[in-house]
Amino acid sequence: MWSRLVWLGLRAPLGGRQGFTSKADPQGSGRITAQVIEHLERLALVDFGSCEAVARLEKAIAFADQLRAVDTDGVEPMESVLEDRCLYLRSDNVVEGNCADELLQNSHRVVEEYFVAPPGNISLPKLDEQEPFPHS
Amino acid sequence: QSGSSLRIVSAALKQGQITPTELCQKCLSLIKKTKFLNAYITVSEEVALKQAEESEKRYKNGQSLGDLDGIPVAVKDNFSTSGIETTCASNMLKGYIPPYNATVVQKLLDQGALLMGKTNLDEFAMGSGSTDGIFGPVKNPWSYSKQYREKRKQNPHNKNEDSDWLITGGSSGGSAAAVSAFTCYAALGSDTGGSTRNPAAHCGLVGFKPSYGLVSRHGLIPLVNSMDVPGILTRCVDDAAVVLGALAGPDPKDSTTVHDPINKPFMLPSLADVSKLCIGIPKEYLIPELSSEVRSLWSKAADLFESEGAKVLEVSLPHTSYSIVCYHVLCTTEVASNMARFDGLQYGHRCDINVSTEAMYAATRREGFNDVVRGRILSGNFFLLKENYENYFVKAQKVRRLIANDFVNAFNSGVDVLLTPTTLSEAVPYLEFIKEDNRTRSAQDDIFTQAVNMAGLPAVSIPVALSNQGLPIGLQFIGRAFCDQQLLTVAKWFEKQVQFPVIQLQELMDDCSAVLENEKSASVSLKQ
Repeated sequence: MWSRLVWLGLRAPLGGRQGFTSKADPQGSGRITAQVIEHLERLALVDFGSCEAVARLEKAIAFADQLRAVDTDGVEPMESVLEDRCLYLRSDNVVEGNCADELLQNSHRVVEEYFVAPPGNISLPKLDEQEPFPHS
Repeated sequence: QSGSSLRIVSAALKQGQITPTELCQKCLSLIKKTKFLNAYITVSEEVALKQAEESEKRYKNGQSLGDLDGIPVAVKDNFSTSGIETTCASNMLKGYIPPYNATVVQKLLDQGALLMGKTNLDEFAMGSGSTDGIFGPVKNPWSYSKQYREKRKQNPHNKNEDSDWLITGGSSGGSAAAVSAFTCYAALGSDTGGSTRNPAAHCGLVGFKPSYGLVSRHGLIPLVNSMDVPGILTRCVDDAAVVLGALAGPDPKDSTTVHDPINKPFMLPSLADVSKLCIGIPKEYLIPELSSEVRSLWSKAADLFESEGAKVLEVSLPHTSYSIVCYHVLCTTEVASNMARFDGLQYGHRCDINVSTEAMYAATRREGFNDVVRGRILSGNFFLLKENYENYFVKAQKVRRLIANDFVNAFNSGVDVLLTPTTLSEAVPYLEFIKEDNRTRSAQDDIFTQAVNMAGLPAVSIPVALSNQGLPIGLQFIGRAFCDQQLLTVAKWFEKQVQFPVIQLQELMDDCSAVLENEKSASVSLKQ
């Protein structure tokens, strides 16, 4: 993640907002604003890290926009190719488990039988409050 | 001759002409000799030798478990293997040792197969070149084949011998290279958009994608749950059928496996009457980007079926041009969901930040995933935003139905099997491949293969002939859902007609000639 100042600075030479409009859609409905970036980074807990990543996302959106050309009136969404079959249920009996030791072994931070997490309920800092990270 | 096949070596084992330990040693030696291919991430030498010892005991007591007992196999490194590192070629899982076996791995082990190691791939199976993992790219063994090298000597601009090595295709490139270089008799790959069929075509192998629901995905680290399947790479169709026989079937640990009684295809019947077959050729697959050599072979294949009396029809899959876009949306959205489990808490990489859970998750994921993976997660999350959900995700799901229906309609018109190219061209040099980014390449290379995953159909790539440059070209057969046996039967017939040449890796094979002699005499006695 980088500070908002750095990000705005990088945008400026491209002539403001025009530089980020997808070529496929001049109205720019796929335009990525700073708000969307922040929102996605928070939801995904993955950061963009660079302008190239933002540009890549815009290309991905422009690519996906081609779906609009398909007429899907009256077509139901397909979730699974096995939708016509019944889900097979197994009997509600415990047949395995009791492997806490094995599972705990794979974690980096464990106390007795607990996985240890840092404190929760602390939001990620907003873009302009952060230290700029080195780009990967 | 299909070279060193599973069937032949299995017979040799049963007749005592070679022991599992000797076979294991031979393959381990080849793995060492072909280390430069970078096909393996982990070589499980001790495990394999121990398994060989146990197999030997069984053969001595006349209690062999079947055709796979004592047979060296390799497994793509996105399948969990108990006690053996499973990395998905990612920093996120480097050092991760699963406490359980994937169901398909367990089934192979239960049949007595020898696990030689875990093979290299694109990070989290995202890619079509096997070039984007943390352990580096996989080299195509055909780069070092006599067939390719001889053609290149004719080129006056012949550069340094190794700088122009070719990619294997992907993402199951390590598995493909492992089988192609004779280090094992079969390998597991995975197939979400063509990841088993693509490298099979580039490495001159049979690459089989089963029907979705036929083979358990339990333990296959998921990419796209509604499309992923375990794939099988072998040197001939009969071998793929043997492996499929061991793997197919319902699994209580995978609720997406079907419970129909299935005729396990252990022994494929010889195709008695080709004239009863109807082959469909999808016209939308004839695109300008298709190389003239592949197009020519595709056409010759169609003619071959026709000359044997089969009906060959042009069919239409009208939504073909949208399938890559549809796949792109569905893939990134499912990936966004599946990758959410990697947060550093219970397994995998964990960063040093301890300020807050969210900061820890974010840094862990930044450190653990490469750009390709992160890019797909971000795209997927974008398409899943409330304001985008209907227009992108649900829209793509609707287009998926249209694509799946295209296939249903084609098969309903009387077609038994579709015949298409697998790839646009033969394998390209690595230096050329990396000129475009991963997403562009995947979009280009998956074009003939990914619609099959969206429809959940079985498909297989069969090596057909060598290109003008001496490199393999494969063609794809697509079958009806759960008609895997019929598909493989047609493929087997076709394989026999085309007689694809064995790769000539002469220097490597010299040391193994003694073992091959045993195999030859076994095959002679099979003919009785």
